[in-house]
Amino acid sequence: MLELVVFSSLNGVLYGMLLFLLASGLTLIFSMMGVLNFAHASFYMLGAYFGFQISRYIGFWPGLVVAPLLVGVIGALVERYGLRTVHKHGHVAELLFTFGLAFIVEELVQMVWGKIPVDYRIPGALNFSAFTLFDTTFPAYRMFMLLMSIGIFLGLLVLLTRTRVGLIIQAALTHPNIVGTLGHNVPLVFMMVFGVGCGLAALAGVIAGPALVTQPAMAASLGPILFVVVVVGGLGSLSGAFVASLLIGLIQTFAVALNISLADVMAHLGVTLTRESFGGDLWMATVAQVAPIIPYLLLVLVLIFRPHGLMGNRDT
Amino acid sequence: MSAPALQLVDLHKSFGVTPIIRGVSLDVALGERHAIIGPNGAGKSTLFHLISGRFPATSGKVLLKGGDITGLPPYLINRRGLSRSFQVTNIFPRLSVFENIRCGVLWSLGYRYSFWHLIERLRDARERAESILEQINLAARRDVQAGLLSYAEQRALEIGITIAGGADVIMLDEPTAGMNRSETEHAVELIRRVSEGKTLVVVEHDMSVVFDLADRISVLVYGQVIASDTPERIRANPAVREAYLGTAASLEHADA
Amino acid sequence: MSTIARYWAWIAAALALVALPHIFSSGASITMMSLMGFAVIFALSYNMLLGQTGMLSFGHAVYYGLGGFITAHALNIIGAGKLPIPLPVLPLVGGLAGLSFAIIFGWVSTKRAGTAFAMISLGVGELVAACSLILRGFFGGEGGVSTSRTSTLQLFGLSFGPQIQVYYLIAAWSLACVGAMYAFTRTPMGRMCNAVRDNPERAEFVGYSTQMVRFIAFCTSGFFAGVAGGLAAIHYEIVTASVVGAAPSGFVLLMAYIGGVAFFIGPIIGAILMTALQISLSDYTGAWQLYVGLMFVLMVMYAPLGLAGLLLMHRPLISAGVFSRLLPGYALAAVPALALFAGAVLVIETAHHLLVKASDGPAMRVFWVSYDANSPVAWTVFAALIATGFLAFRRTWPVVSGAWHEATLEARRKLAK
Repeated sequence: MLELVVFSSLNGVLYGMLLFLLASGLTLIFSMMGVLNFAHASFYMLGAYFGFQISRYIGFWPGLVVAPLLVGVIGALVERYGLRTVHKHGHVAELLFTFGLAFIVEELVQMVWGKIPVDYRIPGALNFSAFTLFDTTFPAYRMFMLLMSIGIFLGLLVLLTRTRVGLIIQAALTHPNIVGTLGHNVPLVFMMVFGVGCGLAALAGVIAGPALVTQPAMAASLGPILFVVVVVGGLGSLSGAFVASLLIGLIQTFAVALNISLADVMAHLGVTLTRESFGGDLWMATVAQVAPIIPYLLLVLVLIFRPHGLMGNRDT
Repeated sequence: MSAPALQLVDLHKSFGVTPIIRGVSLDVALGERHAIIGPNGAGKSTLFHLISGRFPATSGKVLLKGGDITGLPPYLINRRGLSRSFQVTNIFPRLSVFENIRCGVLWSLGYRYSFWHLIERLRDARERAESILEQINLAARRDVQAGLLSYAEQRALEIGITIAGGADVIMLDEPTAGMNRSETEHAVELIRRVSEGKTLVVVEHDMSVVFDLADRISVLVYGQVIASDTPERIRANPAVREAYLGTAASLEHADA
Repeated sequence: MSTIARYWAWIAAALALVALPHIFSSGASITMMSLMGFAVIFALSYNMLLGQTGMLSFGHAVYYGLGGFITAHALNIIGAGKLPIPLPVLPLVGGLAGLSFAIIFGWVSTKRAGTAFAMISLGVGELVAACSLILRGFFGGEGGVSTSRTSTLQLFGLSFGPQIQVYYLIAAWSLACVGAMYAFTRTPMGRMCNAVRDNPERAEFVGYSTQMVRFIAFCTSGFFAGVAGGLAAIHYEIVTASVVGAAPSGFVLLMAYIGGVAFFIGPIIGAILMTALQISLSDYTGAWQLYVGLMFVLMVMYAPLGLAGLLLMHRPLISAGVFSRLLPGYALAAVPALALFAGAVLVIETAHHLLVKASDGPAMRVFWVSYDANSPVAWTVFAALIATGFLAFRRTWPVVSGAWHEATLEARRKLAK
């Protein structure tokens, strides 16, 4: 039991921090530009695929730097030549544009790398186990992912609280209309923000790619959870996104590890339920099986009790 | 004696730690034309938002014809007979002028969320909207998309939507802002006409409009009402003159 | 106005629906027209949200799909119990199912508008899609739920076995639903949907709860989506879990948007076109979804009013009799546009061939031309087509917009007289 708690906590924090890497970029873009980047998870996927491709030629480590930069540049170009054209038609048009973009990226990735997962390998230097606890080993690469995401998180924190750029971003988070009044070149700021946000997503992709599966569906499966994170946290709230990321990371990881069903619970209480009982499937499903729906249930619950999210106060 | 049309009891509003409205109490009698003036940043628009339900008040009460409307959403306040306009034109830009007005009359005629009436067959809604169009002099622009109207026309439409539902308490937020002399005169004439027999609360910067229109004037300075009286006494009030130090000339000017 | 004059468009549509299977009588075209029928209902129901109320939903297939599942289960129950219920009323069951689920989910999701609503609709869509893997009894697991439409009570000797009978059932329901949805746009509720779309704040200040307006629009839309899903279940005689997934939710958005969400007729055009493309284009190219995606993004960028918007913007010019002035400009710009288009298609097709069908070897054929996919000559030609097409199009575009400007002025002058 302790074993399960330790490993699930570690994995949960890891998954949560990865989610936050994506959610932070998404929140930054949303707060400053008012655009919810539907294609954010697609940039994460591009990061993973670029990392994979680069790792085949010059190795994993250069990919860790080059892939996010490349994706960041692509993101900036998308903003400059796509999003900016759409901007005048309003936020719905922008959301639709990024929706179409996600659609295209998935098709292109399928075309270039095929529909089946690619063999994106953990770098040799990290292919050992970090520690063993109660017969279960924790891979070094997971440790690296964890440290890496925490490192980036701390870096972001310093950037936000200790630098001039950070102060501007903070101002923009609380007062969305302020960027324009600061006398900055707003289009350039937007382009940079979008590029950096996409680059962060790609970085998450590069480090997550080898551990999770790098495949064309990875954007479509992660994207919705990412949007749950930002809505549950409160759209536009960075701290809300952080809390929600960890919350969902932990809940999902623990849920996957729990192999009990409602029927088991009821059996302890002396009630026997079988698949033939009313709503049989529901009773027999184990927590692990319902794990995929938990984030969405959480979304619904949060909306019922706190329509603006855990820490949100902005009307969108 | 009947309850005042509008009654504010020790109303407070803070944004974060910044107090904007600091204890406003005010009575507006039925049928009165009441103007709220004050320097920029005094909280006039915020006060309007508190009364009409756009923002929740931090503390205090708002009573409409004796009934408590504090904390109600705007649509419930509107249904109780208070209707307001906005400082920044707030219309339905993609609908025609006529449809804008008709949207304003539907609820008050009892059509609510009806999807079992065809709107073209609702004679009362059409006639009411048409008569409002006449009143605001936009009958000729009936089928134009509202977003394409000139600024002054949009301001008139703004007033039209506000009065369309037949509310008996009407609040106008700077109805003549940004208008030239003759447009302002038209607007004042229009406001006088449409507020006949109703209670009017108006925020206005143009002192000649205020003194021309109002039965009573309240002066709001830094979130507090420093005076509330007839135009003559407001003009003579030394505290008001002090608050308006920089703009005393405009008060003098209004004498003329 | 006489009744006939007022309803001529509807009468013409009804006559066309009756006549179409006699003109396009092959089995494939009758099937395609059946698909178009419920696609039109689905797309229009979607547009009640997006175009009319300003609500962007990424999960509309939930109501379509659940409508389909309930209809299939209802058909099975009716068949097993020999209940005296004829097939033609079953889409109503789908509609009521869609309505019921829209009431449940709409209560939560319409609390918010704008971007948050869009994300919630996505979350609800994912929730239902994920549930379809757990609740195997209801969703039928991998195999889905099969049913038979011929096992119901037969009226007037209609067995609904032959596709042509199903076509007429779908056509009748489509016409009725399109009529009902059109009527909805002309009710006080429909008008307030537009008002909430345009300016939710103002709508609150004329006495309307925007949340209630969104909720009612959502439920109505869910009802019609359910009808479409029910018709689909009757048509296919099987419903699988994929119908509640993200793909159909995205596709209905594409149909409505490409058709044009600002016009009632837009989603009808979009549904017909996209259904035809989905069936025919997928025969020609494996990259058809990429084309659809590109077309969508280009529409969002350059033609946000959709195909209906592009067509209808010519109407004042046609009625003023100045449309012909545009033709030279259009003809001039069409040449580079075609070159650009052909170049882009060739690049996509050749890349697709090399990457996806590498095992077929480099020999390929596009546009009646055979060539070697690896040949540098071919790629040079593609690049040249795209580059010159792009540059020339940019040069000719001012001619088009100039002619447009002239024609509009002329039309206005004529109108003023």
